[in-house]
Amino acid sequence: MVVPLSYYLALSVALFALGVIGVLVRRNILVILMCIEMMLNAVNLAFIGFADHFKAVDGQVFVFFVMTVAAAEVAVGLALIVAIFRTRATVYVDDLNILKW
Amino acid sequence: MTRLAIGGGIEIIFFILAGVALVSGVLVVFQRHPLRSALWLIVNFFAVAGLYLLAHAEFIAAIQIIVYAGAIMVLFLFVIMLLNLRLPETVGKLPHIGQKILGIALAGFTALILIYGFSLAKLAPAKEGGPVGLGNTESIAKSLFTDYLLPFEVTSVLLLVAIVGAVVLAKTRLK
Repeated sequence: MVVPLSYYLALSVALFALGVIGVLVRRNILVILMCIEMMLNAVNLAFIGFADHFKAVDGQVFVFFVMTVAAAEVAVGLALIVAIFRTRATVYVDDLNILKW
Repeated sequence: MTRLAIGGGIEIIFFILAGVALVSGVLVVFQRHPLRSALWLIVNFFAVAGLYLLAHAEFIAAIQIIVYAGAIMVLFLFVIMLLNLRLPETVGKLPHIGQKILGIALAGFTALILIYGFSLAKLAPAKEGGPVGLGNTESIAKSLFTDYLLPFEVTSVLLLVAIVGAVVLAKTRLK
């Protein structure tokens, strides 16, 4: 292993925290979905780092599954966003408060 | 393998790719227009794919580019353009400064918890020897079709459900 595992984990934590900032700070539901994708990528990076560290292929198989689930999630999420936009004409989460309280 | 012989250069490449990933990640979060966020996210995905290559995950790097940077981001760009958002986030839509500070503080707290958890973990030392078969398509396929056969089949059902769900959501009008 040329690059130490700790480097991969540090970068993974940094990218995950960036995604958390995006989800908490941004108001545009599309950008929030993109930040969720970034968090999934950060987790994948940790998986790949561990797979390289332990020389086991299982981590890479898990990344494969995470990617599949992410693709399904994006397809359904974007369909929901389009449906919401057609009825409410907004993509800002502040305006989507019908389930609040 | 030539890449094992040039050990010192690999770390430099790692830091370059990590820098690209972090900068593009910051730009994804702080761009006003979602279209620019999406384009920077593609840069982020390419940098992460390069990092996968450094960790001997060639197959995963390839499907990272094909599935993430290709399919998923094209879907994002289609929807952004379909919705035809004329204005970027205007003043009333922006978070208050207190919300921003709280969000960044909570994210920092999350990062601290993660770092603490990783530092507690007692990892076995890295296995010696080269990456024998690690990351090539054959070994992943062997693992997928033997040890992980049931999850693999369940994944196909999940994709079918996602297709049906997306079509239903796109066709029906919500009240």
